[in-house]
Amino acid sequence: MMMNKVRVTVVAAVAALVCTIAAAGEVEVLHYWTSGGEAKSLDVLKRAIEARGHRWKDFAVAGGGGDSAMSVLKSRVLAGNPPAAAQIKGPTIQEWAQLGVLANLDTLAQYERWDSLLPKVVADAMKYHGTYVAAPVNVHRVNWIWANPEVLRRAGVTEVPRTWEEFFPAAERIAAAGFIPLAHGGQNWQDFTVFEDVVLGTGGAAFYQQALVDLSPTALNSETMRASLETFRRLKRYTDPGSPGRDWNLTTAMVMDGRAAFQLMGDWAKGEFLAAGKVPGKDFLCVPAPGTASAFTYNVDSFAMFRLKGVEAQKAQGYLASAVMGQEFQEAFNLAKGSIPARLNMKMDKFDACAKTSARDFAATAKAGRLVPSIAHGMAVSPALEGAIKDIVSQYWNDDRFTTAAAMRALVEATQKKR
Amino acid sequence: MTLNMTNRAEAWLPKLVLAPAVVLGFSFIYGFMIWNGVLSLSASRMLPNYEFVGLAQYARLWEMDRWWVALRNLLIFGVGYVGGAMLIGVFLAILLDQKIRAEGALRTIYLYPMALSFIVTGTAWKWILNPSLGLEKLVRDWGWTNFSFDWLVQTDTAIYCVVIAGIWQSAGFAMALFLAGLRGFDDNIIKAAQMDGASLPRIYWRVILPMLRPVVFSTLMVLSHLAIKSFDLVMALTAGGPGYATDVPATFMYAMSFTRGQIGLGAASATMMLATVAAIVVPYLYSELRSKPHDR
Repeated sequence: MMMNKVRVTVVAAVAALVCTIAAAGEVEVLHYWTSGGEAKSLDVLKRAIEARGHRWKDFAVAGGGGDSAMSVLKSRVLAGNPPAAAQIKGPTIQEWAQLGVLANLDTLAQYERWDSLLPKVVADAMKYHGTYVAAPVNVHRVNWIWANPEVLRRAGVTEVPRTWEEFFPAAERIAAAGFIPLAHGGQNWQDFTVFEDVVLGTGGAAFYQQALVDLSPTALNSETMRASLETFRRLKRYTDPGSPGRDWNLTTAMVMDGRAAFQLMGDWAKGEFLAAGKVPGKDFLCVPAPGTASAFTYNVDSFAMFRLKGVEAQKAQGYLASAVMGQEFQEAFNLAKGSIPARLNMKMDKFDACAKTSARDFAATAKAGRLVPSIAHGMAVSPALEGAIKDIVSQYWNDDRFTTAAAMRALVEATQKKR
Repeated sequence: MTLNMTNRAEAWLPKLVLAPAVVLGFSFIYGFMIWNGVLSLSASRMLPNYEFVGLAQYARLWEMDRWWVALRNLLIFGVGYVGGAMLIGVFLAILLDQKIRAEGALRTIYLYPMALSFIVTGTAWKWILNPSLGLEKLVRDWGWTNFSFDWLVQTDTAIYCVVIAGIWQSAGFAMALFLAGLRGFDDNIIKAAQMDGASLPRIYWRVILPMLRPVVFSTLMVLSHLAIKSFDLVMALTAGGPGYATDVPATFMYAMSFTRGQIGLGAASATMMLATVAAIVVPYLYSELRSKPHDR
């Protein structure tokens, strides 16, 4: 009897405590943005949540390019205790949605008219069967070539090559002048990034879509693909022997220091230049990769929202989604990250010249329907397929005995088997 | 009565104290082995599920070029690393056993690499072997401009760089074990052999080394399991590259299970690793443990 009484009091006390906490919902956000600038830009989000009287719980898991974060997320979801939001992008959003663990954001999206704020391809990537389950944070453009104007001047190259045909003579001149024409970090995802630029520049956006997004066997087996592979392999001669295994930021530093002329890399490379105090247009040039001026390979980061229990938690999650899509966060975050806002029609005054070009091209290609997802950055196909293709591309780059015909055969085989 | 209680307690206590360890050991080692086996027969992708697909994951595994590369690399690495570390280890131990000056200092120096983690070893050798940073550049800067040592960046030879780094790390450890073994012998054996007119190399080859058999056994066991589960060294040194030329089963398993959302396939490869270890260790243990009583 006595025991029972004690237990009742304890339960009541706990319940009271829980209620006071629950009145302010908590949003726990799993992400792997741990570098200085990135972490700081998340503060905007944190303040927006706290201004509404809710609590922000940071859940940063560094390492492995998000692999570690994903392992943690899997165990949390399996245990029935998901965070409010997690940094998930591309087709992986669909895989999580299939498991039925993501929240429905349609009410908010309709109220804030997300459909009119986002380009259709981006909006579609955020939806599962027509329902919004995630909110986009930024748009990285992958098809950039970064150049050191001083090296170009000394080598007598007057402008950054606009096509792959122009690239090789320029590279010859740069090599003759004693510089490394192409700075490349030989890690498989970087090999893959260069490959996707070459395919886009050789075949154009429509071909890219068929070959690397729809994975059509005809496209993968076409003459255009053969030409792309051969151009890709030809580039290797213009890289330095120390390339294999080098990190992308060290590779960017080679262009920055004037040891190399070009690097093919997404616009996160700009962050390295800016952090070193370099000025776009003067100390470094950003130009769309050869042959891709009218195309745009996008890499969109996003927060997928998980289904939560409890009204207050859901309410807080709604504020989070709304703040992610808000102008203030989209501007602040992307200024720090080097990317551009996912939202269309934002003021770009505070952004640098590269970002302005990027935003202009983004809107233009979106209108023309030529936006394509970056396959090398997990936007186009499932991780399993992406990995299989990445293996082939990277092997082809590294092993000269792997013939072009064999590579095309392997590509068709790998993409058909796992359907 | 009291005596009886104490007796009973004495009979139960050891079992009781050991029980948690046994239960934990069984559930965490054998339980997870079984779970892994079950997953390898399932269609699991991003998260575990239990849709039974028979041996389909194994069929896929053995069709993958990358898995074959991983196996071939394991063979090269296993033989090169274990063999190399043991040969160098035994050689160093014999040299140190000649009652030389400053033996303690030398022994410590040779043993030091063992104190480093494989990550450190891998990173250091990555710099040493990189053609535009390390050895090749150094020798070229000294004036031999034709010198070339670019094994690390060539698809065919990169795995040998992993072997080199591995041997550097573990040879000192093998040396310490062999040295301990050598110190265990009675000097009289050597003296007796010398009286019979045997030369020193002959004594080592015919008398001492055969007697080191138990040490060889333990060294082999320790090094070969390190070889089969090697992961951190490869990750730090080459990350499996160039391409996937230096992939080993452990890095393959990690990539499939955790990066590509192919848990079923990763579990199948883990099962194959377990089978490889078992295929080597079980017969060897069996023969060694069985023959012991007869030797004595």
